[in-house]
Amino acid sequence: MPSAPVPRRPDVQLDPSPGGGGCLLEVRELRVCYQTARGDVVAVDRVSFDVRRSEFVGVVGESGCGKSTLLFAIAQLLSPPAEITGGSVAFRGQNLVTMTERELNNLRWRDYSVVMQSAMNALNPVTSIGAQFRDAIEAHAKYSDREIARRSVEVLEMVGIDPIHLKSYPHQLSGGMRQRAMIAMALLFTPDLVIMDEPTSALDVVAQRALMVQIKELQRQLGFAVIFVTHDMSLVSHFSDQLLVMYAGEVVEDGPTRTVFDSPAHPYSRGLLDAFPSIHGPRVPLTGIPGSPPDLAQPPPGCRFQPRCPVAFDDCARTRPELYQVGPARSRCLLNAPAHATTVKASEEVST
Amino acid sequence: MTDATVAPPLIEARDLTRHFKVGGTWSRKRLHAVDNVNLSIRPREIVALAGESGSGKSTVARLLAQVYRPTGGDILYQGRSLASLHTRRQRLQYRSDVPMVFQDPFSSLNPAYRVSHGIMRGLKLHRRELNHAQRLEEAQRVVTAVGLHPAADILDRYPYELSGGQRQRIGFAQALAYRPKLILADEPVSMLDVSIRIGLLNVMVKLREEENVSILYITHDIASARYVSDRLIVMYAGHVVEGGPTETVLRNPKHPYTQLLLSAVPDPQAPLRVDVETGKGEPPRVVDPTPGCRFRWRCPLAMDECFTVTPLPRTLGPDHEAACHVATADPAEAVAAAASDAPATVDSGPKSADA
Repeated sequence: MPSAPVPRRPDVQLDPSPGGGGCLLEVRELRVCYQTARGDVVAVDRVSFDVRRSEFVGVVGESGCGKSTLLFAIAQLLSPPAEITGGSVAFRGQNLVTMTERELNNLRWRDYSVVMQSAMNALNPVTSIGAQFRDAIEAHAKYSDREIARRSVEVLEMVGIDPIHLKSYPHQLSGGMRQRAMIAMALLFTPDLVIMDEPTSALDVVAQRALMVQIKELQRQLGFAVIFVTHDMSLVSHFSDQLLVMYAGEVVEDGPTRTVFDSPAHPYSRGLLDAFPSIHGPRVPLTGIPGSPPDLAQPPPGCRFQPRCPVAFDDCARTRPELYQVGPARSRCLLNAPAHATTVKASEEVST
Repeated sequence: MTDATVAPPLIEARDLTRHFKVGGTWSRKRLHAVDNVNLSIRPREIVALAGESGSGKSTVARLLAQVYRPTGGDILYQGRSLASLHTRRQRLQYRSDVPMVFQDPFSSLNPAYRVSHGIMRGLKLHRRELNHAQRLEEAQRVVTAVGLHPAADILDRYPYELSGGQRQRIGFAQALAYRPKLILADEPVSMLDVSIRIGLLNVMVKLREEENVSILYITHDIASARYVSDRLIVMYAGHVVEGGPTETVLRNPKHPYTQLLLSAVPDPQAPLRVDVETGKGEPPRVVDPTPGCRFRWRCPLAMDECFTVTPLPRTLGPDHEAACHVATADPAEAVAAAASDAPATVDSGPKSADA
């Protein structure tokens, strides 16, 4: 991959952010509802987290846990019946939720961009890659033809695709190349934040790993922050700085990735980690997590994970847990509540 | 595979080949989806067939399920060639012995019918000796066998009332209803959530233990292959590149592609090795290939011979084969073996070169 220095846009200052404290994105108590015939379904419930500059935040969870809805809510791309019913998303100190479309358009693509899940559907099949790059540039900036051509070549080279493919159509590229082209497109304006929705889910392990290494390398070069959504927890283990584990619309655990992997506090995170067979070490029988995620139209009372939880106790069905601090991480489990600190110790002794 | 096995193979593919026509009406181009594949599955054995998308692993399953007719080669089932099955009854018998479970549990069940419909129809067709009450009983038995309770209630539901994991279990229950000898499972867990996958893999192991079926488990996920399988076969671009007992292959991968595949598996426990060749290349589309190893463009060890002679599987350890000119049987005598093995593969080269 060419490592030529890529000029940042002159109007973006690197360090001093209006938001202050190096915090690029502050999501606070975000709540998203889908209005359905069966009543409101709360797909994202009181989610709060921060993304600092150049940080890689992984969001993991099963299908239907609200992780994609969360991304769309952050990027202000929700369309009815989904609606943000509470909370705020502050990007460099400005609340995106209350912004008008016009104001958003000034930020979109230039300051934050989105890489969609399926490149086959997200790229237009009947126009060439180059034409789609031009489209995106023209919609958000006034560039001369020469500048457009120069920038298109530049970003394609950045992701390791021969610029010859600007003339190619999506079907002429392999799955891995299409995904790379999507990422190149998201980097057209060198944004501060790139939001990625399972960009590697359609790829093979080998291509998947190559793409992850590449994203990390680009991030190191260009200094953008990444919110990376995936259902595959092991995928982000080496790449993300912070990890958010979602279950049934809620964040059940967040913290530094290494902490969550080494000592998961929430039973769901533990279950997810135990659900991966390893290719090293002894072959041990695994159990996975019995049952399936709840229907969000009728979430279970108390803790939402309680019907599937191996360590649930009476109180779990009555009390809705908050996020409790556990070392550097936070966990939404009553066992981690300060009042239950002794219980936690007891259960750990039992399990070891 | 080697003939020195204890039990005779249940099913055996010999030089199995399948080409597809590509391009327009007058095109003479052939896509070599599967070329000269030899594999055998013994009774009560779980064999994992691993490879990237496009490596031909699903085509192998469809050839075994008789969805496609082979372009060349032969499939022997219990010692008998499938080409010799002429009557409808014989073919029906084969299909009930070797059913298939599909990848997508959301589109493989008919949404207009209750779950019982698919199972009962299969029973009616393949097990005609049963009367209605017995069929119902059998349907409940297979639904229980795949871990769904209460069986009667599940049978009465429509597919949309079931979760993905439950639907995929129904897929296995349908296959199980025929009293199969071998289940061809084509990526049965890849569409399921991580927390549910393990449950289904456990069902596969349980079916082998309790129902005495063999399973061909097709997957791109090496870790899950290790979890369930006895033997592992790795395919690349239509060729079998390596095969052997799962643990042996994983501990001592001979083929550079297997090594690449293993290095790419994300493992939270292991430290990240960014220095490992991540292999930016893509698997080739094998249209009218010329002789030579199909991995040569991505292979870090490729030598001149790899560009001219197609490597044939060579036995490199007990029951362990790899199709590579460079791979050696024993690391101790690496240099000597590489030199002495080379002529042997040149001799047998032309056979596979123009398949």
